[in-house]
Amino acid sequence: MNPVNYLYLAALLFTIGAAGVLIRRNAIVVFMCVELMLNACNLAFVTFSRMHGNLDGQIIAFFTMVVAAAEVVVGLAIIVSVFRSRHSASVDDASLMKL
Amino acid sequence: MSATAVHSLWTMAGGVTSAAPVEKFKAPVIEYTQLAPVLIVIGVAVVGVLVEAFVPRRARYYTQVFLTVVALAAAFAAVVGLAAGGYGTTKAHIAAMGAVAIDGPTLFLQGTILLTSLVAVFTFAERRLDPAAHGNHVDSFAAQAASVPGSDSEKAAVKAGFTTTEVFPLVLFSVAGMLVFPAANDLLTLFVALEVFSLPLYLLCAVARRKRLMSQEAAVKYFLLGAFSSAFLLFGIALLYGYAGSVSYAAIADVVDGAVTKIDPALADTMGNDALLLIGGAMILTGLLFKVGAVPFHMWTPDVYQGAPTPVTGFMAAATKVAAFGALLRLLYVVLPGLAWDWRPVMWAVAIVTMLGGAIVAITQTDIKRLLAYSSIAHAGFILAGVIATTPDGISSVLFYLGAYSFVTVGAFAVVTLVRDAGGEATHLSKWAGLGRRSPLVAAVFAVFLLAFAGIPLTSGFSGKFAVFKAAADGGAGGLVVVGVISSAIAAFFYIRVIVLMFFSEPKADGPTVAVPSPLTMTTIAVGVAVTLVLGLAPQYFLDLASQAGVFVR
Repeated sequence: MNPVNYLYLAALLFTIGAAGVLIRRNAIVVFMCVELMLNACNLAFVTFSRMHGNLDGQIIAFFTMVVAAAEVVVGLAIIVSVFRSRHSASVDDASLMKL
Repeated sequence: MSATAVHSLWTMAGGVTSAAPVEKFKAPVIEYTQLAPVLIVIGVAVVGVLVEAFVPRRARYYTQVFLTVVALAAAFAAVVGLAAGGYGTTKAHIAAMGAVAIDGPTLFLQGTILLTSLVAVFTFAERRLDPAAHGNHVDSFAAQAASVPGSDSEKAAVKAGFTTTEVFPLVLFSVAGMLVFPAANDLLTLFVALEVFSLPLYLLCAVARRKRLMSQEAAVKYFLLGAFSSAFLLFGIALLYGYAGSVSYAAIADVVDGAVTKIDPALADTMGNDALLLIGGAMILTGLLFKVGAVPFHMWTPDVYQGAPTPVTGFMAAATKVAAFGALLRLLYVVLPGLAWDWRPVMWAVAIVTMLGGAIVAITQTDIKRLLAYSSIAHAGFILAGVIATTPDGISSVLFYLGAYSFVTVGAFAVVTLVRDAGGEATHLSKWAGLGRRSPLVAAVFAVFLLAFAGIPLTSGFSGKFAVFKAAADGGAGGLVVVGVISSAIAAFFYIRVIVLMFFSEPKADGPTVAVPSPLTMTTIAVGVAVTLVLGLAPQYFLDLASQAGVFVR
């Protein structure tokens, strides 16, 4: 199968993730959409790695996974602490500071 | 897949040719001494985590403050040692197997980041501003960040005298990432450094002692938008990797310049494909401009600056900007100079809307921290004008501006921590009315910082702005300079307005009090004032230093 198709898939997933970040209102779902974007990047890296015949892209994918895991730790900690003090994880409710 | 096939994959990893012979696997060479600043900071940060686990609660604060200050001072000494050893000029080279560039801009920015973090850490350690709770001195951070604000568990934590001493290792991890960020010489290092310095900052934003709901809100906004922008950066990296077949800056620059003539026909539709280059470059720039706080990627700045604990805001405003502009400079000057005709018009537009947008919106602000946030956006625009110059003078003027600006910022936010009322810091501008009558010294110091932000002569802000605008004009960006001067004039209006408010209006009866700080915050403010005046009155030595440092290694 032509590897370019995987690039189209990666771009599609990235777009779905980006649209989700902009549209969805629950902080957890927004965060999941960011993770989807990171995974789309991974798919692109691995595909390019296959096309170029070198391993850089596959190694970068590992780094991305580690970074994404670290981001989950920090992000969930923040979102859970906000949820505990507000009883809501909606990003619309977080509006104490307005222009 | 046979063993030889796997082997050939490995040996081809560094090169771009398809028929590389099978070589012996070489052990990587790491120049530990040249990476010493980063290694010292990371090492002590890890020790700081162990301190949290093993040192008794009473002794943790003193241990952490001591370790942090020693680490930052030692790392700065290492940077000075490297610079004295000629690594900034004649011995500039690429270290750590191509991952990190040790050159003039790297060392200059690392030195700036370390010094600003050092004085910013003093405001983190300040414990005299808030009234003591249950006989324990308290700092700006929550007794226990995990407890719900106003709950019983928080009251118990305050009563027990808990403090969030974890902020000190978090700052060190963040500083370590910032030290690598402007030095990164491949896109993977760039991405990892970005995350290493961002993740601790997200946490630091969430742990304010007062107004914690706002602080948590700032953290969640900063985190979600920051993660969103770093996903863009990462996809941009993926596209550039697809474009060049490598993430090393030098290899990508070669392909951009068209220096690589031998392209495998099977890769013709990815390697050297301009669509990948343009989209990828734009996405990476998006990620970096977000960190810099340039319009239209500035939406997070006011909320995060307002909500975060003020010491954190000062640290973040100064050090993040230095690190992010360093990375932006290296990307534009080392990787994408061959694309300058494409990125210059875009950056022109970004610089213009950033300068004007920041200055105009700042006029309507009523909160001092928000006002400084919009002022930092306007300053990002001024620095971008220097970045666009694409001349050696452009690099050195940006380096000088970053050094001058970061100390003013740390000092200004340190003054903001002093003006307090019953609810903590009194950040609403109306409360600052008549401050000059009550505490002339504090108001005068703040006025110095505001004048430096405005770019009035005899302050560092003037020298910096002059250098940047001169470089931009010489680099053929005259129109940008005109817009810069106009927006400086607009910005001067609201800085002067605050000064007028402080000195020429009657103090209110229920106005805030000015807390008397310990020598820690006094040092921060004194260093800020000293650097502002020295760089304003006698900038030549530092301008020379910046111009010596202003050459990127390739």
